[in-house]
Amino acid sequence: MSMKDRSTGLSRRRLIQGAAAMGFLASYDSLLPAFARGKLDNSNVYHTLRDGADIYDMTIARTPLSIGSKLSEQPITINGTLPAPLVRLKQGREAIMRVTNTLPEATSIHWHGLILPYQMDGVPGVSFPGIMPGETFEYRFPVEQHGTYWYHSHSGLQEQLGHYGPIIIDPAEPEPVSYDREYVVVLSDWTFDSPSDVFRNLKVAEGYYNYNQRTVGDFFKDVETMGWDAAWSKAGMWGRMRMSPRDILDVTGSEYTYLMNGSPSASNWTGLFRPGEKVRLRFINASAMTFFDVRIPGLPMTVISADGQPVQPVETDEFRIGVAETYDVIVQPTDTAHTVFAQSQDRSGYVRGTLATRKGIEAPVPPMYPRTERGMAAMGMGAMSMGTMGKDGDMNMDDGMDMGGKMAMMSGNNDKAHGQMMMDDASSGMSKMSSDKATMNEVPTAGRPISHGPDNHGPGAAMVASSPQSRLDDPGVGFETANHRVLTYSQLQSIDGWPDERPAEREVELHLTGNMERYMWSFDGKKFSEVDGPVKFYHGERLRLILVNDSMMDHPIHLHGMWMEMETGAGEYRPRKHTISVKPGERVSALITADAPGDWAFHCHLLYHMDAGMFRVVSVV
Amino acid sequence: MMNRIKWIVGTSAFTIASGAGAAGTGVQAEPDWTLPIHDNQVFGQVLFDRLEYQRDGNNELALWDAQAWIGKDRNRLWVETEGETDLSSDSGDIENFDVQYSYRLDRFWDIQTGLGAQTTFGPSPNKERYSAIVGLQGLAPYWFEVDTNFRVTDDGDVSYDLEAEYDWLLTQRLILQGRGETLVAFSDVEEWGVGSGINNVGLGLRLRYQFSREFAPYVGVSYTRFLGNTKDLREREGEDVESSSFVAGVRWWF
Repeated sequence: MSMKDRSTGLSRRRLIQGAAAMGFLASYDSLLPAFARGKLDNSNVYHTLRDGADIYDMTIARTPLSIGSKLSEQPITINGTLPAPLVRLKQGREAIMRVTNTLPEATSIHWHGLILPYQMDGVPGVSFPGIMPGETFEYRFPVEQHGTYWYHSHSGLQEQLGHYGPIIIDPAEPEPVSYDREYVVVLSDWTFDSPSDVFRNLKVAEGYYNYNQRTVGDFFKDVETMGWDAAWSKAGMWGRMRMSPRDILDVTGSEYTYLMNGSPSASNWTGLFRPGEKVRLRFINASAMTFFDVRIPGLPMTVISADGQPVQPVETDEFRIGVAETYDVIVQPTDTAHTVFAQSQDRSGYVRGTLATRKGIEAPVPPMYPRTERGMAAMGMGAMSMGTMGKDGDMNMDDGMDMGGKMAMMSGNNDKAHGQMMMDDASSGMSKMSSDKATMNEVPTAGRPISHGPDNHGPGAAMVASSPQSRLDDPGVGFETANHRVLTYSQLQSIDGWPDERPAEREVELHLTGNMERYMWSFDGKKFSEVDGPVKFYHGERLRLILVNDSMMDHPIHLHGMWMEMETGAGEYRPRKHTISVKPGERVSALITADAPGDWAFHCHLLYHMDAGMFRVVSVV
Repeated sequence: MMNRIKWIVGTSAFTIASGAGAAGTGVQAEPDWTLPIHDNQVFGQVLFDRLEYQRDGNNELALWDAQAWIGKDRNRLWVETEGETDLSSDSGDIENFDVQYSYRLDRFWDIQTGLGAQTTFGPSPNKERYSAIVGLQGLAPYWFEVDTNFRVTDDGDVSYDLEAEYDWLLTQRLILQGRGETLVAFSDVEEWGVGSGINNVGLGLRLRYQFSREFAPYVGVSYTRFLGNTKDLREREGEDVESSSFVAGVRWWF
């Protein structure tokens, strides 16, 4: 693929120069999809409605585009735009998607979050052979659900280059929510470099994109805040593990230009409203690698659905959206302009847009939060008993260090007061941490001991979480000291119960494993190429999927074809998700009804983690 | 010499090929379909860890310390070479040119085994010797980069070498690297200036600035002291037993 690119690169460049010279390059704005310009209906040339079916004609191509002020010849577009156009379907109708590939390489479209026959799921090598160059593939499936979803390439690293777009499915019955206006907000990360180069840099040079590593100065700051002994033992603990508390995102703002509906901050994507209106914002994180923290300063947001599925309204000031997740929120602007602010989880960059009463006005852009680092919970040692710590050596602490007083400091996260409280009486601090909210007791796997194989997953796993815990009410790294409301999974409750009320008959446990040094990512220490068969679900069974994160990174885990009903302690009002973000050292569980025969992809939705091996096939047999 | 090196490369390539068959197959839904992901690709890297000029009084040296690897996550072919040349006499030596098969044994450690060559070049009569190597390379606790080897030469002489590097990040781009190395021989090899016991201890401090991750020029100091029998041997030959140098160079990879 890259060879071909190189061979055609020159001629393409000439073409661009020629086109630019002739003034063929259209202005930036007109190359944005219609939905980014506020046009969300289906009145466009590539959509037809015939015999009760929504028919879309989509052409995948390389299209030179300006991202901000810089031209790139890389974008992979659908019908000429980045992001790809909005697909608007209707629950109960059939969808017919005719996808033509004009790329010199195979491509695909996966309909993310849609429940459909596995042959229509669009994963090359799992559900179909892919769409070959010059070929038109017709997807045809009944639309059973409604909500906000998205679609993207499942071939190679194409998704990084713009091959993604939003899906809105209108409900057959009206929803119990009222709003006057709606916008789709597609968040994504763009690179002007070749994705294969990005992947190689991650593979051969650990921390290549991380310009927020701990310095000697950070050590002395720790000395200042927590004292010499504590700072020394904190540095020692991470040093023994050979892990970096600053490794939050693998590809950062040093490489990425963050986009909101295809526009970088400077272009300021703007959604218009009339004073007094309620606006529904459908957020989709279509990034390859970036978790975003989203807020609209001064404006509370009411979350009404997660991953397309309605939830009981919950008001919040900010939410973290994992890669591939979607959230619908309703806001009622109070001012003439409000900034929609999405900063990357590691605070290395952001993208902003604006909600405004007219084009051209903007609100202040807030500063990013200070950078942060991971604490003790990330090691999967949150609530463990001190006695077991030194013995099992799981964390590579073979030298049996004195945990009692020292572990506590890890949780400080630059929070002086908190850190000192913990230091003063480490044991009481620890018991405080382990007593999660009462609701957490309803999580069936809470408190259950965890076991790792004798080999601790082998070289594919640089660490294992020796005592993973439920962190569903923890908004995640960087929010330790937040004094505003940040959404957590424990706040998500579905509106209705789900049809299948059976308890789990069987449990499947998978561990999320990785080794940053070699950029190896896997389940249970085994890359996709190292496993000999699929994960088997039995048709019709009710099972519990348990995910344990043995790594230092957040992983958005996506199951194709079937819903995951997250066990958050909400009883029968379990939120249903297609993608679950699992924090470091966390254990989560979800109930699944294996009602979809066929082969389905199951993977981490961080693009380069997936391509590095964090991928499995789930076979419903 | 070239023939010998070719033979070393060939043998190691064979070792890799035979060792690499262990990978699993993944799951291919249909025989003529592509795999859904490609997590078993071959990558490679060439790193000049030190490409430097050293000056100790009136002595000027050019020195290289480079490594290259190609392979997958667990099985790799490694080439390492280190050597120096005296800029006034144009003589020098290739301290090692090692071709090794490298296997990721543990999460942070590779076991490496292969063959190495050591030669001198320049106006005086040149010599060469070969050795079989087994060693470990990896990341020790507290982020020390370690490379350590046992060598047995074609004359049966055994030695052990250890190198460790540690980076202090002063800023995100300004990095102070500490470096230590030592060599222990288990027999006298006068021809190569080696006495039994600890031969030498070398320490270095290099301050580099990463213009990019790939390219980082540096300046620093380097200190070497010869010890024990090796020191005696060098004294008899009229060679320095201690040197302190100013160094300048570049760390560069691609």
